[in-house]
Amino acid sequence: MNKTVAVIGGGVAGLETSIQLEKLGYNVYLFEKNSQLGGHAEKWDRLFPSRRHASEVIDSLKNRINNVQINLATQVNDIKRENGAFLVDANGKSQKVDAIVLTTGFELFPANKKEEYGYGIFENVITSAELESMFSSNGKPQMVDGNTPTKVAFIHCVGSRDEKVNRPYCSKVCCVTAVKQAIEVKEALPSSEVYCLYMDLRMFGPGYEDLYKDAQVKGVTFIRGRLSETSELEGGRVLIKAEDTLSSKPLKISVDMVILMVGMSPLPSTEKLLKNLELEPNNDGFIQVKDYHLEPTHTKAEGVFVAGACTGPNNITDSVNAAHSAALEVHKYLTSK
Amino acid sequence: MVNFGYTILPVHILDLDKADLNLAKAITFDEPSFKLCIACGSCSATCTAGTFTKFSFRQMCHHIKRGESTQAIDESEKCMLCGKCTLACPRNVNTRNIIRLVRKAKQTL
Repeated sequence: MNKTVAVIGGGVAGLETSIQLEKLGYNVYLFEKNSQLGGHAEKWDRLFPSRRHASEVIDSLKNRINNVQINLATQVNDIKRENGAFLVDANGKSQKVDAIVLTTGFELFPANKKEEYGYGIFENVITSAELESMFSSNGKPQMVDGNTPTKVAFIHCVGSRDEKVNRPYCSKVCCVTAVKQAIEVKEALPSSEVYCLYMDLRMFGPGYEDLYKDAQVKGVTFIRGRLSETSELEGGRVLIKAEDTLSSKPLKISVDMVILMVGMSPLPSTEKLLKNLELEPNNDGFIQVKDYHLEPTHTKAEGVFVAGACTGPNNITDSVNAAHSAALEVHKYLTSK
Repeated sequence: MVNFGYTILPVHILDLDKADLNLAKAITFDEPSFKLCIACGSCSATCTAGTFTKFSFRQMCHHIKRGESTQAIDESEKCMLCGKCTLACPRNVNTRNIIRLVRKAKQTL
């Protein structure tokens, strides 16, 4: 069997899809626009809910890839149909394949779009991804002047559930990530005060509610209200304002550091590929799947499959499941052809 | 009957079987975005009036939805119609129109 499949995107979904397709006996071409595999998870320190190192998962995925043709630093520019097959154009070269799996993933919401939150303006307003990097490199959060923060506030739903920035959907993984990171700040800096400003805590997965309870036990303070704005105080501290909706009063706190829980946004470069394949994005801007309930890894285009967070916010488990499903669907498609 | 000095306490419960939801229905009819609130409190947090006086637009809407219209109508007087809440609302609720409709309801009561 010499049939070939292109997997576009080398994050969790792309790696797992490639592994499964390779096992099924296909020639797999994996295209990754960055210079390394692993996607966003590669830059993460620890994963919810178990708080194992993200590198354990990423290394396992990388180690299970054997005969996949990996193309790093390769942006796919165009996909054309040709006699029931596809031509994938990337870096000036063209590769003929029999099926396509889109695993292009997402981008983190650009936090500067929510200008009133002060990201890119006030130095100690950072994103959840930047906090992960701090945990990876220092094991604790650090202010720009090198001091250790004593008061930290996590802001939920930044670029999620917000029609003002055209992100009306819930990104679903940020709630539990905030709770995980709040616990980690408390553990790294036991005398610090940690606040979470939330609207709803959507702890839908196994072990998530336990993590929430653990955060309560460790002394994280939960405030039910959405951040309205930040302003800078002396010494780079930040004043944040919200309504404490449970007491129906406006509330303010000064903190050393603000962590914005940035949501998952559709990737602009995916949109171009969709046009090439005559596919439509869904209402939220992610890839529209053929049937959300019954064919969640099919698209309306024959021979084009999807997996992972390019179809909407996903956690790693969702992406791995979708990757398995997509690989099987590719197999069914190519054996019936 | 001997008066022992005891009284029955007024019921302190939201009885949705008896709640008068006419104001909520009227506002929803004229301003359907009234239904879309997710109670995040962005409106009240940005509220200029709320900094100085006890006023929460979010709470006022909630009172209306639970049939506590008298309270809500009094509350609506505190708004200065500056419109900051409309700019902040993540569900694009037309907050100013809701205030206008509540005030209109006061005139007809």
